Amino acid sequence: MNKTSRREALKSLLLAPLAAGLASATGCAAGGAVNWNELPREYSYGRTGAERQRDRKLFAETYFSEHELVAIAVLCDIILPSDHPNGGALDAGLPEFVEFIVKDRGNLKLPVRGGIAWLDSYAIGEFGADFANIGEAQRLVICDRIAWPDVEDPALQPGIRFFSLMRDLTLTGYYTTEQGFRDLGYQGNVANVWDGVPEQTLARHGLRYEPEWLEKCVDQSRRDIIASWDDDMNLTS
Amino acid sequence: MSAADPYDAIVVGSGAGGGMATWALARAGLRVALVEAGPWYDPADEAQRTQFRYPWESPRRGASTRLRPFGDFNACIGGWELDGEPFTTADDTDFMWWRARMLGGRTNHWGRISLRFGPLDFKRRDSDGLGDNWPIGYEDLKPWYDKVDKLVGVFGTNEGLPNDPDGFFLPPPKPRLHELYYIRSARRAGIPVYPSRLSILTKRINKERGVCVYCRQCSRACGLHADFSSSTVLIYPAVATGRVDVYSNTMVRKVDTGADGRATGVSCIDRENRRELRLNGRTVVLAASACSSARILLNSISARHASGLGNSSGHVGRYLHDSTGASRAAFLPELMDRDIYNEDGVGGMHVYTPWWLEDTQLDFARGYHLEIGGGMNMPSYGFGFAANQYKRFLGERVGGYGNGLRDDIRRFYGSRLSIACRGESVPQYGNYCELDPNVVDEWGIPALRFHYRWTEQEINQARHMQDTMEELLEAAGGVLLGDKPGPEREYGLTRPGEIIHEVGTTRMGDDPATSVTNRFGQLHDADNVFVADAGTFVSQADKNPTWTILALAWRTSEHIVEQMRQRNL
Ligand SMILES: Cc1cc2nc3c(=O)[nH]c(=O)nc-3n(C[C@H](O)[C@H](O)[C@H](O)COP(=O)(O)OP(=O)(O)OC[C@H]3O[C@@H](n4cnc5c(N)ncnc54)[C@H](O)[C@@H]3O)c2cc1C
Ligand code: SF4
Repeated sequence: MNKTSRREALKSLLLAPLAAGLASATGCAAGGAVNWNELPREYSYGRTGAERQRDRKLFAETYFSEHELVAIAVLCDIILPSDHPNGGALDAGLPEFVEFIVKDRGNLKLPVRGGIAWLDSYAIGEFGADFANIGEAQRLVICDRIAWPDVEDPALQPGIRFFSLMRDLTLTGYYTTEQGFRDLGYQGNVANVWDGVPEQTLARHGLRYEPEWLEKCVDQSRRDIIASWDDDMNLTS
Repeated sequence: MSAADPYDAIVVGSGAGGGMATWALARAGLRVALVEAGPWYDPADEAQRTQFRYPWESPRRGASTRLRPFGDFNACIGGWELDGEPFTTADDTDFMWWRARMLGGRTNHWGRISLRFGPLDFKRRDSDGLGDNWPIGYEDLKPWYDKVDKLVGVFGTNEGLPNDPDGFFLPPPKPRLHELYYIRSARRAGIPVYPSRLSILTKRINKERGVCVYCRQCSRACGLHADFSSSTVLIYPAVATGRVDVYSNTMVRKVDTGADGRATGVSCIDRENRRELRLNGRTVVLAASACSSARILLNSISARHASGLGNSSGHVGRYLHDSTGASRAAFLPELMDRDIYNEDGVGGMHVYTPWWLEDTQLDFARGYHLEIGGGMNMPSYGFGFAANQYKRFLGERVGGYGNGLRDDIRRFYGSRLSIACRGESVPQYGNYCELDPNVVDEWGIPALRFHYRWTEQEINQARHMQDTMEELLEAAGGVLLGDKPGPEREYGLTRPGEIIHEVGTTRMGDDPATSVTNRFGQLHDADNVFVADAGTFVSQADKNPTWTILALAWRTSEHIVEQMRQRNL
């Protein structure tokens, strides 16, 4: 499955430079566009009236400017690129997830907005244009400086904190989608009959079930037989 | 039946106690009004279903909100704060109060850990000289535990332990991988470990309810009705008798009493249209949860009951107590890069450790049990946070970006083992709830004000919990996460109320001067008013309370039926 066919509804935003003249000065990606999968805005999963009302309000509110959404998109794409068979951040609609979750949690609004502003100002200082409008190689230079929490340079701390936050949001936003489940190989959330750790896994870990313990466990071939007991509390069915 | 005709019984609250009372009374042929402050609820109803949802079915991917504090798919309508229903705390008090507002109450999303109290648990004063004994003993409650086991269904094993009684158990599920690591570490540390005891149907118990299909989502409530919720297991069958009227979205403000001091019914308010409603009843059974039932009693003031109904002893609200708690987690390098398969299992642990040091001299009273967590949980909001933090334990650099993060995610997925301790506190007269004269809820009912402080006993117990958890997690080959909390943080002891086992506010006893109800949950001050929730507990054992609530509520209900038969009520 290629990227375009996987994307059903595409959101596309231009990488418009923050200040006129800056981007052209470096001759970088200005005028390009960034695309991502749109996320649904209607959900139905056992909500109460109060919850539906709250979510409607959240969806009606616009928090990030287009410029900020572009910056989020560009950064998320670096954190988890789409050049992968299981897709990446943009395939998982990350900018829209971030927009929703910061509104939902409130306390994330400021750190993300301020983080973007820090990143833009740092990029302008280093390379003459905001983060989305500098060259790809230049963006990576910046990321290499702020992607590692063990860096002690005090001047970089706001960027390091912001990058860590965006890495958290990107990974959480991606791994809670179908693509993320595929990437992880997640097997659960389906009706099944649990009958113990697979043999080869036990062997790999050098573990085994204690026979006396196993004897007490459910015999799954009899799970549908209605339980009965003798007077001494022994199961007889 | 006309509105003026009295019901045989009015049950207030539809959680564990209220569901059991409604079921037992209706089954005995009584006409019952069940009054529940929250809406009707059925997890099998598509409009209310959260089970088997994927994280992307929620715009916040399952993150918690103020309206769903335990996550967006959690079944509880309610939480730590309710709009329009405040409570207050005294200055020195840091109490938390979890309330559900729905048919079935907190049993829709509870942990299903279903432990009988043992013989020692009813007579703690005899063993440590602290607090008080219950007026009843294990032998009084055993037949009711037996009946609850068979009616509701609980898996576990008969181990012949002195204070963790055997039962009529369904067979337990096999341990998961991280639980095998725990078993191994417990064996190494010389600490016992057994199959857990949860009210989940690993085997069919009747034709109506389904059998567990191992989705690990009991906290979302089971659409197959394969775990215990008061709604699915007790209230639907009670309603099917045709003898129960359910008044949902109806909040009881007080019990009405006549000139003779006996109850005549309840006054309520319809939460949807704010209309006042009066129901007449020959008996009233309060099961609104320990604190809420105390609140209703305290608000039921009359000439005969000037300080509140049942409160001639001044004991309503007193001896409020919750379980203690502390927790710790570790990273298990041996679980890195693990095989990924469906390891959901049931919605709770498959193994646990009951209290094992009964006969050891310690610097605190009472004990605690250990609950085990870990495994390959379904990703939801928060998954991937600090994705490769464990790299620092391997001497590798934490952080970065790009497709390498995918490898980190898979490498560390399911490599955590956690332990949570739940212990017994010593009930205190000085820990209590009362009506706050200055604050009412939106229905005009005075709010509760809490007074609660832990004592040295609980703090010392928490220190012991921390040592135990450290020992076990290290014996499992784990690298401990976070700092070990010391005295400055009371050893990580949870806040009062946080474990959501609040009990004791209308305790039972033989002496009307020091207790609120008799041994059947019947008010000393009004013989046709009963309490069927954990308010009657004299002490909360190192077990979770619900199985005991169910057994007591059934016993109380049979007592009501018997007394009616004898024309005493
Ligand atoms: C997350 C969680 C996990 C838990 N895990 C466990 C566990 O593993 N094992 C265990 O034993 N226990 C556990 N518990 C505790 C367990 O849920 C409670 O002990 C049990 O539900 C208490 O039953 P109850 O009948 O007293 O009250 P509740 O279940 O709280 O029900 C009370 C009902 O009364 C209604 N009500 C309140 N006030 C009024 C009023 N004025 N008028 C009308 N209706 C009213 C409420 O809306 C509510 O529905 C857990 C609780 C939580 C929240
Ligand atoms: S784990 Fe079993 S009992 Fe619990 S919700 Fe899933 S199917 Fe139901």
